[in-house]
Amino acid sequence: MSFIPDIQAFCCHYTSQQSCAENHGGLQEDGFPENITINRLSCSGMIKVSALLQAFENGADGVYVAGCPKDECHNIMGSQRAAKKVAAVKKALAELDVEPERIEMYHLERGLSPQFIAAGQEMEARIKELGPSPFKGEKK
Amino acid sequence: MIVAKRKPIAEIVEMVKDFDRVLVLGCRGCVSVCSAGGEREVEILASLLRLGCRKAGKKLQTVTGTLVRQCDKEYIDELDEWDGQYDAVVSMACGVGVNFIANLRSMVRVYPGVNTTFMGGSMEQGVWTEQCAGCGNCVLHLTGGLCPVARCAKSLMNGPCGGSVNGHCEINKDVPCIWQEIHDRLGRLNRQDELLSIAPIRDWSTAGHGGPRTSLRDDLTI
Repeated sequence: MSFIPDIQAFCCHYTSQQSCAENHGGLQEDGFPENITINRLSCSGMIKVSALLQAFENGADGVYVAGCPKDECHNIMGSQRAAKKVAAVKKALAELDVEPERIEMYHLERGLSPQFIAAGQEMEARIKELGPSPFKGEKK
Repeated sequence: MIVAKRKPIAEIVEMVKDFDRVLVLGCRGCVSVCSAGGEREVEILASLLRLGCRKAGKKLQTVTGTLVRQCDKEYIDELDEWDGQYDAVVSMACGVGVNFIANLRSMVRVYPGVNTTFMGGSMEQGVWTEQCAGCGNCVLHLTGGLCPVARCAKSLMNGPCGGSVNGHCEINKDVPCIWQEIHDRLGRLNRQDELLSIAPIRDWSTAGHGGPRTSLRDDLTI
């Protein structure tokens, strides 16, 4: 059976909910992978490192955060802070000898944009290539 | 504050690999302020330990807690709250905390979660620098408040060495020459003549060179 990755996306209100609201046909119709779960945040800067790690603990094969463009965050520095937290998790994954590419930060235009769909598709392809999360290999 | 930094996670995973239940114990003192071992970092380390063990095919249970301090007996006594719930403790306090748990709980297996680095402060968010070496014989009254023991790479007492170039230390151009700063500061304060006095050969016995130090206050002992 082909591998369908569990991907958790943490998106700020402006990148995700506006995308959903403005796309009345549904994101999937535009090609947004249906195995990506969108977790809404009022601002990407709110995300905690522990929440990103918890997503992996809960079985995610890949995780990404989508926030505003670096210099256009509604909350000024929110998406830059989110990027730093993603970088911290990348470093921690590398320390555990796990592919840092399993987590990514995207800075996207607000509202429905082709980039929002493309980011999901890129993560879907990337995680399919990487395979299931090594954290799922619980033997004991 | 005492500044610390989390150890590489693989190193901590290796320490606890033989245990099924680990208490990750933070400290609300200095390590909370420098974001190395407070409640938030405890939560992150516990998650990373569980993930690291899972990857190695082992299920690890974690219990988390944070003490007010780990450098006082009274607070270490609060460890009793978790009696029977853990096989080992990973302390995220500075080395003092790890030592205190080892001193006071003879049968508790305790491991360090952080590397204790120096006494320092944060001039800007996310950056800490060493400011004090705890040498036990402070000379700051002679140097305009800037410490040549901690902040000169050679701990020189009578001005800069030949490696001071344009105000920077030869060990790294990002490190200011503290003797240049002392000179400039005393000049601004119209105290530069004081630099003509030659400091005598320093007695380092107060700096730990005579073994572990004890500070005794008769007025406080019971």
